[in-house]
Amino acid sequence: MNWTIILQAGIASGTVLLFATIGEVLAERSGILNLGLEGMMLIGAMSAYSTAVSTGNPWLGLLVGMTVAGLLSLIHGFVCIHLQADQVVSGLSLTFLGTGLSLVFGEGLSKAGAVSLLPRLTIPVLSSIPFLGDILFTDQSIMVYVGYLLAPAAWYYINRTRPGMHLRAVGEYPAAADTMGINVYGVRYLYTFVGGVLAGLAGATISLAISPGWFSHMTTSGQGWIAIGLTIFAQWDPLRAAAGSYAFGALRRLILDLQAPTTLLFWDNPFYYNPYWGFFLKMIPYAFTIVVLVIGSREAMRKRLGAPAALSVPYIRGERGV
Amino acid sequence: MTNAEQSGAGRQSTLPFKVQIEPRLNVPRWLPTAVSVGAVILGLVLGAVALRFAGESHPFKAYASIAKVLFSSWGGISDVLVQATPLILVGLACSVAFSMKLWNIGAEGQFFIGAFAASVIVLAPVLPAETPGWIFIPVMMIAGLIGGALWGFLPGYLKAKFNVNEIITTLMMNYIAIEWNNFFIFGVWSEGGFQMSPRFPKTAWLPRLADYAREIPKFGGLTLHLGLIFGPIAAVIVWFILYRSKWGYEIRLAGDNPKAARYAGINIARNTVLVMMLSGALAGLAGMAQICGVVRRLQGSISPGYGFTGIIIAWLSKLNPLVVVAVSIFFGALLLAGREMGRSDISMLIQGIILFALIASEYLLRNRVRIVRA
Repeated sequence: MNWTIILQAGIASGTVLLFATIGEVLAERSGILNLGLEGMMLIGAMSAYSTAVSTGNPWLGLLVGMTVAGLLSLIHGFVCIHLQADQVVSGLSLTFLGTGLSLVFGEGLSKAGAVSLLPRLTIPVLSSIPFLGDILFTDQSIMVYVGYLLAPAAWYYINRTRPGMHLRAVGEYPAAADTMGINVYGVRYLYTFVGGVLAGLAGATISLAISPGWFSHMTTSGQGWIAIGLTIFAQWDPLRAAAGSYAFGALRRLILDLQAPTTLLFWDNPFYYNPYWGFFLKMIPYAFTIVVLVIGSREAMRKRLGAPAALSVPYIRGERGV
Repeated sequence: MTNAEQSGAGRQSTLPFKVQIEPRLNVPRWLPTAVSVGAVILGLVLGAVALRFAGESHPFKAYASIAKVLFSSWGGISDVLVQATPLILVGLACSVAFSMKLWNIGAEGQFFIGAFAASVIVLAPVLPAETPGWIFIPVMMIAGLIGGALWGFLPGYLKAKFNVNEIITTLMMNYIAIEWNNFFIFGVWSEGGFQMSPRFPKTAWLPRLADYAREIPKFGGLTLHLGLIFGPIAAVIVWFILYRSKWGYEIRLAGDNPKAARYAGINIARNTVLVMMLSGALAGLAGMAQICGVVRRLQGSISPGYGFTGIIIAWLSKLNPLVVVAVSIFFGALLLAGREMGRSDISMLIQGIILFALIASEYLLRNRVRIVRA
């Protein structure tokens, strides 16, 4: 096993989780819980890939994937913001709807053949840093570099800018924000949309860069749900979200690689000699999500931290809320 | 009311009418049903639009011909009821959990583990193959119930003890359950390298109507199996628990108003674990019924997402166990229709639209919308 390759590929596959998780962090910070990530990622992946197949332009695909997922998220926004529906159920319907739509319109797409992908880059100076240069800055997809910039940018935006402060105000105490003249509904629509766009970006990053192609619902294989788990683990902080996403990406990659060598440490590799032991390896990311959630929840209990106070509480002007 | 001002303002000048929205003080008895039926119809209509885009030139004709196939012959009705059998049980599983506002999205995984646990009885084997059916079937039922309950226990325990979000844990447990079953289907119990276990002995089968075709020729070819009766019986029991027992009152109170429930001395943590276990057990029984009644062996493709459809069924039934039975038959037909058309993705899409239309339309239950002259 080559650790450099594992970490390099782990960073790449973690980028997908990073986009989705930061999108969810932004949406939840405004008070909108969107459980539809999986559906939005799928529709982003499908529409991006199919656009790239028919036009030959992966950038156009990326744009379409982000737009379609963003528009889909607005349905959730309307139902939760204006119609004050239950956000859990609405998010689940969004998952069904997004999955259904992408399977219906993605039919036959898996046999589409070769398509031009998003470019890969090596950053000139940075790539010569020993060890880290090989992992972080050598022959990575351009989306990976976007990911490096997105996490700190999102952190700065939320914590250090005026619109970021409005975002937090709307998620923590919408009535007060409303009194201050902030358009609560407008802010919530905006960040629901941004969350959708980033989920679409995550999906498009899968189908056009990280593991190219369309494999129906296996394209995302539950990563949308893992991202929702990471949001809780990250305690709605983009930097913790980034750390969690990359760790998960590396884990997913490590699991693939554990099945190849004939010996592990000093013993015969059971995953090599009995391939069906590999099913236990496949459980690890999901089991690990549960472990990570337990850690995050215990920490939140101890430090008395928690979700944004108005998370999944509809705001109705003049009614008693949080 | 501020709500009315909000939506009325701005439109007054341009349109000859205005929309007035005010909160409803009392809901007419017929309205919830009408709204649910409306949501289903809207789901089917929008589904037809999607079908049209996906290349089906006459979607409504396709609906009609499928409905005719499904409901005009005993064979069709029997097939629909076979689909409804697991749906009733998972619908109940979700209803129980949702009554306490526990979002058990893991009925799918509990279904798989129920199927696995029932298989253990035959394949481990716990009971020898020549065991008579009247012992085999109840033991397998209990195994299915226990398997599902255990799969519900963990998320329930984590929720009660550490306040871990049960939506994510139950969902992750779905994926784990599927891989767990795959390990046995592909590996331990694989029959000659195929991705399925050996066939169960006859005594472990839930009897089908077709098995009595020699005595009653009309039953020939009907796949309806004994598992169908599990659902309605469970529905009555669950209804009794939820609406006629002290425990059910605690569950519903904890769901509606956790603060009041805590002040009333209700042990929320214990009820969380117990409700998740009951919910899991029902889904596990569905898994047992599916493998003993339909495929009669453990294999991978035993569910086209029953656990997820159960969520929609529970919501459409307003968590009423008796309504779950009827709604499940409709969704059984929907799943079967998708399979008949070779487009199970379409039934998934329609389910999503129905659920969206349903929760959106609940707005009409809380608010009165009137269009008045400006």
